[in-house]
Amino acid sequence: MLRKEEIEHIGWLARIELSEAEKELFEKQLSSILDYFAVLDELDTEDVAPTYNAIGIKDVVRKDEPKEGLSQSEVLRNAPKKEKGYFKSPRML
Amino acid sequence: MKNDNLSAQEVVERIKSGDVSCEDLVCRIYERIERSELNAFVTLNRENAVEKAREVDKKRNEEEYKRKKLLGVPVAIKDSISTKGIQTTCASKILEGYVPPYDAAVIEALKREGAILIGKTNMDEFCMGTSTETSYYGPTRNPYDLSRVPGGSSGGSAAAIAAGETVLALGSDTGGSIRCPASFCGVVGLKPTYGLVSRYGLIAYANSLEQIGPMASNVTDTALLLDVISAKDERDTTQAKLKLKNNASANYCFPGWMNAERTGSEEINVKGMRIGVPKEFIEGVSPAVEKSVWNAVHKLEDSGASVDEISMRGLNLKYALASYYIIAMSEASSNLARFDGLRYGLRAGRDEDWHTTFSRIRGKGFGEEVKRRIILGTYALSAGYYGRYYLKALKVRTRIKAEFEDALKKHDILAMPTMPFVAFELGERIKDPLSLYLADVNTVPVNLAGVPSLSIPCGFSNGLPIGLQLVGKHFEEDTILRAAFVFEQL
Repeated sequence: MLRKEEIEHIGWLARIELSEAEKELFEKQLSSILDYFAVLDELDTEDVAPTYNAIGIKDVVRKDEPKEGLSQSEVLRNAPKKEKGYFKSPRML
Repeated sequence: MKNDNLSAQEVVERIKSGDVSCEDLVCRIYERIERSELNAFVTLNRENAVEKAREVDKKRNEEEYKRKKLLGVPVAIKDSISTKGIQTTCASKILEGYVPPYDAAVIEALKREGAILIGKTNMDEFCMGTSTETSYYGPTRNPYDLSRVPGGSSGGSAAAIAAGETVLALGSDTGGSIRCPASFCGVVGLKPTYGLVSRYGLIAYANSLEQIGPMASNVTDTALLLDVISAKDERDTTQAKLKLKNNASANYCFPGWMNAERTGSEEINVKGMRIGVPKEFIEGVSPAVEKSVWNAVHKLEDSGASVDEISMRGLNLKYALASYYIIAMSEASSNLARFDGLRYGLRAGRDEDWHTTFSRIRGKGFGEEVKRRIILGTYALSAGYYGRYYLKALKVRTRIKAEFEDALKKHDILAMPTMPFVAFELGERIKDPLSLYLADVNTVPVNLAGVPSLSIPCGFSNGLPIGLQLVGKHFEEDTILRAAFVFEQL
């Protein structure tokens, strides 16, 4: 069961502003989805290892060779706000 | 509903021989899209495509062009795949106007092989959905019945093929997003083995589950497109490094047995192929779907395959669904953290402090389903719940994978319905997210196990297509394609 205040808090953790209507809707919907997820409690998985990747690939490396990257103007082209060749962010505080 | 397009193989042959003008072909497709009521595309690439088509017509006799595997073939691209210079939105408001400065690996491969990019197809926002109704750019409609959904999330790609608005298409499949719309729109769609196709340039939703895959109107074209997009690419570190014959440059090579000009020395059949039909995947599907799938399986049996009804007892599908959604949402909450309106995308309103500004942008830019999944994923990964949800789901995944590997030891392929029912009405399920999640019950277990799977049309119910799903062993795409090819000829 997720209460409205919890949803608001998780929304803040995820950096998503939610409207009052969304909070009310999610309170009902998310709780029923979590109830569904609770079926996993029925399974004993104590001795089972987790699977992060279905084909067991890990620690892949390649040769560290320099390659041409994107130009500064290409990288900045989609930026909504920019200044002097930088992305312009909102203030930190 | 009749698609009078040539197959991709025919397009290549006729363009090379000069029987067909690529420019005419491409223009006809755009005329059809203009008249269409489907809303299959978010962005069209018309000017550029026509220019490329003219180039193909001019240079078709040059040696370099003669070797191209998809010379002049129109391909539609799901909008989750980055295309240099062509707007790529993932059907989200937050990426409206975003024009990638680079191509996904699969797009580079398509261009190398002479394909013509028609445009970007509509989808559920960030691939999150089963109906293409969560798109910010409006729903796509099912070409067989405009009041119904095309399936999702690659709904635009499937609808475009079915209606002749492209010849081939790319989709991406995290929990059924290629196979579901293939089933609902009566086309062929294949989700490759995890790691077969490079994901470089695919906008990530749940990166441990998803693959880009081919969609087409027939099995041969599906294999042809898979051959091209499985090109090796070191930029995706999760792409498998398979040891292949003849130093092949792709992880999957178009098989000689499928070639139009094959000599007849090799008979294409399913004699001796062992097909398992897991009853867990048939219980609970609509009677029409069940009947149609059994008919299809019996046809393969009559062609020489052996068929067993089996039970994958350890694979309770409700555990698979819960495990899938927990993993997908958790990965999504992390992957979608990058959308903040700083480097690209929506930057709504006046800037305030960092956190408030980003929260507002994300609140305005993401649709309801995306928010729902990010919130649930954030919750599942948060302190105190990580073990109960995320870690637990990964352990359940281990069991599900083992269950598939076990069933596929005794059988060459598994056959089952792709979807439990035919295409539903627009608006019928979208208000109840859980009921939509449940629709993915036959497709998500496949992604958890990472095995390859395709959907092929196997019949109709009230004029709406039904899909047969064939599942194979890791990296044995060829076996499911062979079975599908034989079925298609019956």
